[in-house]
Formats: sequence, structure tokens, C-alpha cells
Amino acid sequence: MASFAISSSFINQEDVGFRCFTPKCCKRISKRIVSVMAPQQSQRTPSTTGSVKTGMTMTEKILARASEKSQLRPGENVWVDVDILMTHDVCGPSSFDVFKKEFGQNAKVWDREKIVIIPDHYIFTKDERANRNVDILRDYCTEQDIKYFYDIKDLGNFKANPDYKGVCHVALAQEGHCRPGEVLLGTDSHTCTAGAFGQFATGIGITDAGFVLGTGKLLLKVPPTLRFVMDGEMPDYLLAKDLILQIIGEISVSGATYKSMEFVGSTVESLSMEERMTLCNMVIEAGGKNGVIPADATTYKYLEDKTSLPYEPLYSDEQARFLSEYRFDISKLEPLVAKPHSPDNRALARECKDVKIDRVYIGSCTGGKTEDFIAAAKVFLASGKKVKVPTFLVPATQKVWIDVYSLPVPGSGGKTCSQIFEEAGCDTPASPNCGACLGGPKDTYARMNEAQVCVSTTNRNFHGRMGHKDGQIYLASPYTAAASALTGYVADPREFLQ
Amino acid sequence: MAAATFSSLHHNISISSSPNKPHHSLTSPNLIKFPSSQSINRSSLISKPTLSPIPTRTRAAADDFTAPATAFHGVCYVVGDNIDTDQIIPAEYLTLVPSNPDEYKRLGSFALIGLPMAAYPTRFMSPGEFTSQYSILIGGDNFGCGSSREHAPVALGAAGVKAVVAESYARIFFRNSVSTGEVYPLESEKRLCEECKTGDVITIELGESLLINHTSGKEYKLKPVGDVGPVIEAGGIFAYARKAGMIPSRAV
Repeated sequence: MASFAISSSFINQEDVGFRCFTPKCCKRISKRIVSVMAPQQSQRTPSTTGSVKTGMTMTEKILARASEKSQLRPGENVWVDVDILMTHDVCGPSSFDVFKKEFGQNAKVWDREKIVIIPDHYIFTKDERANRNVDILRDYCTEQDIKYFYDIKDLGNFKANPDYKGVCHVALAQEGHCRPGEVLLGTDSHTCTAGAFGQFATGIGITDAGFVLGTGKLLLKVPPTLRFVMDGEMPDYLLAKDLILQIIGEISVSGATYKSMEFVGSTVESLSMEERMTLCNMVIEAGGKNGVIPADATTYKYLEDKTSLPYEPLYSDEQARFLSEYRFDISKLEPLVAKPHSPDNRALARECKDVKIDRVYIGSCTGGKTEDFIAAAKVFLASGKKVKVPTFLVPATQKVWIDVYSLPVPGSGGKTCSQIFEEAGCDTPASPNCGACLGGPKDTYARMNEAQVCVSTTNRNFHGRMGHKDGQIYLASPYTAAASALTGYVADPREFLQ
Repeated sequence: MAAATFSSLHHNISISSSPNKPHHSLTSPNLIKFPSSQSINRSSLISKPTLSPIPTRTRAAADDFTAPATAFHGVCYVVGDNIDTDQIIPAEYLTLVPSNPDEYKRLGSFALIGLPMAAYPTRFMSPGEFTSQYSILIGGDNFGCGSSREHAPVALGAAGVKAVVAESYARIFFRNSVSTGEVYPLESEKRLCEECKTGDVITIELGESLLINHTSGKEYKLKPVGDVGPVIEAGGIFAYARKAGMIPSRAV
């Protein structure tokens, strides 16, 4: 498919100071052409006179405002004011160490209310270093009087910890730290999830985080934007996970490197906030710097009871220049998987129905939110049968866990997800954390410690991702994961949902 | 609480003008295991290629740099496309805190341990080693994709990698390499992962943007460093910010 071959007629690569982009994203040509994409459209480069202001994309506008510049173009490097810095148990200790080393042992963080510390990665484990890292965070938070530290002390019972939340990206949203128009940086690649709120959100490393801790600023390069227009009514067997798998399969794991991904269109507008988070969550899997979805009534409704801080959304100008535009007719899409060992190894779920599986994992920031569990429950409900393979459920946060045990599933006559899961023979929903999405210490619940085949609602399936180097991971939506659990093979959810 | 004292990690590095003459140039107390059989081409294990001031972790005092790096020399290890961070440093090792000198060293021992055995029968690290005999990494497209874990460039740097030469990078890995100064991230014009083989003796001349493969006798153009040049030259994000007046100089 030639659609992702970025022709140089758009914007001269020199102009935008492209550094690491090589248009070699096509290693695999999908043989199955699903004609859901119109050819990419080019934007004529407008003539630039000194006084003419060019329209900016949402990302450019957010970075411009955050760097107090009236105009920004892709490729410019600017010092940006940070609204929220997030870190967790894996990177937090070192980030604070770097901060202390560089700014002095008596230094204080730039703003104790703009830093959110969320232990979530290696929590429910006997690994001493992992436990120690949470203690280190606690010491720093006490010393720096950090306002938002979602602490956990009792590892044996997560419910005994009133402050503990769980997976950082879901917690950030649920606790009202995501706001349209803001700049959110986090020491985790899936920080891009927050772009669902119409803000600039991206992952950074420890050293950069140490820098932000001291200054509240970071040097960022303005990315050009790829626009993804999705129209058409969302079929009731598809979820946002299918949409993003479609896109990543299209442009490859490096197709959005150093770029912003903007998601618009009637389908996007019809998505809930959690579904929008799923979409933005996997931007990094395409190499993207950040993802954005314009804030709208859905966004404001979600934020109503979560944040009292004022915010001012920003939107792409009509005359904004996009690097390319991709159009999708969603009504024509089918459930997808990403086969081992790459998130861009896209295939139709129904074409993988001969793949026998050993387990199913439903969890993570990508697929462990409340709506993800409700979706899985719907499939189990529709089937009425029991799962054929061990099915692990890891709610992302305490709130999700509570929802799983309390919210009625539509069409079930008042049953909760947990009841449906129990009847289907799934494992008991586990303590909320990142869990086995990234393997973790050897005693992590649901870690893949043998070479097995797993269908997972998580975000990556590189070699060894969930633990065992020879494990095979099929990334899928909660619908597809649940369907696969029921058949014992990779399964198209339409087997149960239609 | 881990105190970040990096002076013990300082490697006094000098340019090795003769690749065949091993000389011990490490002053760190780290234990370096030498291979039992040293072929002439493997001498780079102990003749460490150049030079400060790139690693921010090894600065003894702020803004106190010698001349910027001009060349790297060593034996290369070749990997393919899309080498993700789970292969560079699997998640189970992320409990190691990079700012802790002892754990920094241990991270090095696990560098590239996630590479599948079948595709990479020659391993980057031998069991029990803390630094690798390979100090130059040559990769394909999208090197370092996946997670934002800074442990990835840190593990490579701790293992003794001085430079990575890839066809293209994932942005967070690239950024982390620049911010920390752990490895020098270079881009090639061609697919060097198909031109070079693990074990080839390499010299990288930064000033000329040239990679010389002594084993094959071929030379390759590298891409100029570009926008991040000033940050790398300064020695990382903190040094750059101090130079630019963004943050005050540290009190000595």
C-alpha cells in the first residue's frame, strides 16, 4: 500500500528539521486490501511572508501557548512550561535522585501540586527492590511535600490503602489531572494516553523528569501532525482497540515517529472518554510523539466531577498544515489482532481462528478500564458458556475494580461484571496495577513464565514482553480477547455478538 | 535512599591510536572480566574508545569538560530493525535504579539480554560480565522502540557501549541517549546492519561523520548530528541548560 509513503511534496523535510524519519515504514504489505482508506491528501505549502500567520495544529498551538510563543512550526525546539509531571515506582526514585544531584540536596521541586506520583508497575510482589522503590518514593514525597502521592503500604490488601490508585494513565484521568490544552509529561511511554483530553501528553525519561522536577520546563521539538479522520458508525463488534490496531498496521511501528497523531471524525466524536484513551494510548506503538483528540461535550462531561481547575481547550486551525491525512470508513472494518511479535503485525481476527491459545489476559492501561471489562462481560454473557483457557483479569485501578464488582452489565438483568466473569470461569479479578502487561518480577500475577500463546488487551507484543522470551502475544480488543477465551483459539467476537 | 555519587563511575578514557595494542585505561573500581582468549580484533575490550565529556553521569564537577569527543573505536555488535526496549533491558530488571552506582553497573550486565537466542546466537554479554567486549552497536530501523525506560540507554552505556549507529531511532530512546549522554546516538545513511558483522573492528570519526569498518575495509557516511548537536556537545540536558542560562550553574 502506497498510502503511507510520505511524498516530499508536502513539507520539505529540511524545513521541519526532520531528524530521524526515514520513509521505510513498509516492511510488510497487507495483502488484504480493505478499502477503508482514501489516498492521503497533500496540503499545499502556503507561501510564507513574514507577516502572514500560518494556521497551526492543535499540538502546535498547545506547545506555542506553553512556550509563550505566538507562532510555532514543526521542527522548532522550544522550552515548554509543564502543567503536570507524572512518575511511578520504576522511574520515580531515579528521577528524584537526578533532581537532587543536579539541583542540590536541599533543592525543592518546582511546584508540589503539579507533580503526581503513582506507584503502579511492580506493586504486588515480594521483590525487595520493587518494594524498596515505593519506599524511596514515599521518602521523597514526604520530604518535598508532594500533594498527589497515591501511596500503598499494605501490599497484602490493596483495599486497605485509601490513597492507592493503580495504573498511572487511568488514574491520571480518573483523578482529574488531565485537562484540555495542557502539557502533561510522564516517565512512561503510554503517557500519550492523556491526549484523549485534547492536551499535549508524552513520555519522557528519568533525566528529563529530573530536569522538570527542578524547573517545570523541558526542551521539546515541535512535531508535525498526521491527521486520522474516522467516519462511519462504529459496528457493535468493534472497539477503539481495533481502530488503533488498524492504524498501526497501516503506518507501521515507526510510521508516526516524531509526529503527532490527531484523531478526528464522527466516529471519534462518538467514542467515550475511555475509548478515546485506548486510541491515544497506543500512539507510541506507531512511534508517535503524542496523540490528540479535540475536547468536546463528552470531554467536559467526564471532567465535570473530576477537576475544579480551569482549563482552556485548543483546536487545530482550519488552515493548519498536516503532514498527511488518512481517512477511514469505520463501518467497513473488522475485528483485528496484532500477531506476534510486533504491534503492527496486523491481521483479521477471523483469519487467525486456527491459532490455538493457552491463556487470555484482560488488563493494563490499554484494555483494563471499566468499559473494557464491561465489553468482555458482554461477550461472556452472550455466550453463556465457560472459558476454555485460563483468563486473567487485572482491573487498572481501584475504581475500575469497584466498578467490576458493582456496575450492572447492560442486558444481564442486573449482574455485575464480576458475577459474569465468575460464571464464565475466569480468574478472580486481581489487585489493580500494571501487572503482567510488561512481565515484571517473576512472581507477578499472570506473568507468562512459560512459552505460551496469549491473547491480550495490552499494548505490546515484542519478544519477552509478558515474561517469557518465546511467548507469543496476540494484541486484541476486549471483545476479541473474551471471544478467544471462549473458543480456546483466536476468535472473532462476531461469533458471539451477532 | 540511594545517594547519587557518580564519581566512582568515571572512566578515564583515552584515544586508542593502535587498535592492536591493548592498554588498560579504566580507573574505575569496576571489575572487568577479560576474555580468556584475546584475538587481535578483540582488544577493544580494554582499550576503551574515547572520551569525555559526553556522559553526564561521569562528571565530577559541573561544566568542567575536556574537548568534545572526536572519535570512537571498538568492536561492533550488529542487530536488526525494531530492537525494542524489552529486548535491550527486559522489564524484570527495571527494579534496578540507574542512579544507584551498584545497580547502574548491574543494569549493564543485563544489556540486550532480551534478544532472542535463535536470531542472536552470539550474545552481546557473556554470563558474569558487567561490560561487553562490543563498544559500538549497529542497528537498523526504529532502534530503541517501545518503552520510555531510560534504563535502556543506561544499560548499554553501563555495559560499555560508546556509540549506537542506527538507520533510524525511536524518539524517546534517542532523546534519553542525548539527555543522559550514556551513548552517542548516530544515524547512518545506509543499512549498516547489513554491511557490518558482529565482531568487525570499527572507527567512527565524528568530525568527518564517517564510519570505518577496518575488517571489511569499507567506509560509510554518517548523518550529521543535527539539532541535538549542542545538547550532546554540552554533555546532556543539564549541561546544555546551564550553558544556555536556563538553570544556574551548580555550586561546586
